Amino acid sequence: MKFVDEFRDPALAKQLLTRIAQRMASPVLQARAPIRIMEVCGGHTHSIFRYGLEALLPQTLELIHGPGCPVCVLPREHVDDCLAIAAQPDVIFTTFGDAMRVPGSRQTLQQARAGGADIRMVYSPLDALQIARENPQRRVVFFGLGFETTMPATALTVQQAVGKQVDNFFLLCHHITIVPTLKALLDDEDVCVDAFIGPGHVSMVIGLEPYGFIAEQYRKPFIISGFEPLDILQSILMLLDQLVEGRAEVGNQYSRVVHEQGNIQAQQAVAEVFELRERSAWRGLGEIDQSGVRLRTRYAALDAEREFALRSTRVDDPAECRCGEVLKGQLQPQQCPLFGSGCTPAQPMGALMVSSEGACAACFQYQRNDSQ
Amino acid sequence: MCLGIPGEIVAIDDAATLTAVVEVSGVRRRVNLACVLPTGADPASLLGYWVLVHVGFAMSLIDAEEAHQTLRLLAELEAFADEVR
Ligand code: SF4
Repeated sequence: MKFVDEFRDPALAKQLLTRIAQRMASPVLQARAPIRIMEVCGGHTHSIFRYGLEALLPQTLELIHGPGCPVCVLPREHVDDCLAIAAQPDVIFTTFGDAMRVPGSRQTLQQARAGGADIRMVYSPLDALQIARENPQRRVVFFGLGFETTMPATALTVQQAVGKQVDNFFLLCHHITIVPTLKALLDDEDVCVDAFIGPGHVSMVIGLEPYGFIAEQYRKPFIISGFEPLDILQSILMLLDQLVEGRAEVGNQYSRVVHEQGNIQAQQAVAEVFELRERSAWRGLGEIDQSGVRLRTRYAALDAEREFALRSTRVDDPAECRCGEVLKGQLQPQQCPLFGSGCTPAQPMGALMVSSEGACAACFQYQRNDSQ
Repeated sequence: MCLGIPGEIVAIDDAATLTAVVEVSGVRRRVNLACVLPTGADPASLLGYWVLVHVGFAMSLIDAEEAHQTLRLLAELEAFADEVR
């Protein structure tokens, strides 16, 4: 595949690994070891496990799998809201496949569908809008989730729904934004990170500027990275170069896709449709100020929260779940007492086991493949 | 959901709704161009471009020159290693 295969070349990967080992052997970094690098995005977590990169890196370099998997940080009570809406007889409930297996307090959407609820998986929010146009006598709800990567798609779909006067289409919005959460992690004394691998596809939308404070105020190097093994290794090398030289800058390894300003048209659509919520809940991390969005009042007629008068009550994860600590990099997935026994991809207890971008699921899947 | 994929714009499906057809490793799917088409431009002007596709929308025009630059840097790394050997 063009723009993919070139970035998987094993010989080049070896060169990069040699360079990384050389940098790690420098006196500056030896004195600071272990060096802890957080990959913010679940897509990177997935690639790191898929290609077994951790095992190839020097032992003094630790990768911390950050909170950038929207499915993994989806609170249980929001799944309960989805289930309550989907249970209405006139509703067709639509969402992305990844959301289907997230456990609510009693059920997943997949289980509710097996029990007869009309829940449909869509590839794009536009597919949900199409379902609404084909079923004018039903209320069609799209459960929108994800970071800035999927937010523009939802925003443009909402604009189309209004433009085409589709009045049986509703949005249940759980879009969240990564930057306030990075700030919360940086302010959390339990989290110690030396540098960040920045999210490639979020940055494709928001550009480089929003990360400036991480370099300037917190003095942490930040490199926006592509998702192939060479991309990730090159980004790690770029971060180590900064650490060796005592620099802290926002850099862009993924310049073939991420442009400095991001995608202005996408930003405009998002700003026109959404506004920040005062605070949003993140599973495993708690509530974070201004970390999520909701529909602006001009779109209130499409707002499923209003249409279905939702009043969700908080539901905590079972006490044995260690998802929060894994998210913050304090614990490796295998150190959770439920890992592989009470919690597996087939029967997830915590959300990090649900999506293939969650640290626990990625770890479980590829660990198994290795031992086969 | 979060994994974007590169695809080539091979046809315009419906210019009015800015819908094109992209080919992603041999599979064709429809994608909306609203985020990558300059305002007022003809969708057909993007034929042959590579885009990054996310949940039914093209979200970025892939810059082939930048891709080559990155690969060139990596290749230099290898050339350097050969010299040292
Ligand atoms: S194994 Fe399950 S419960 Fe434990 S941290 Fe991972 S997802 Fe959470």
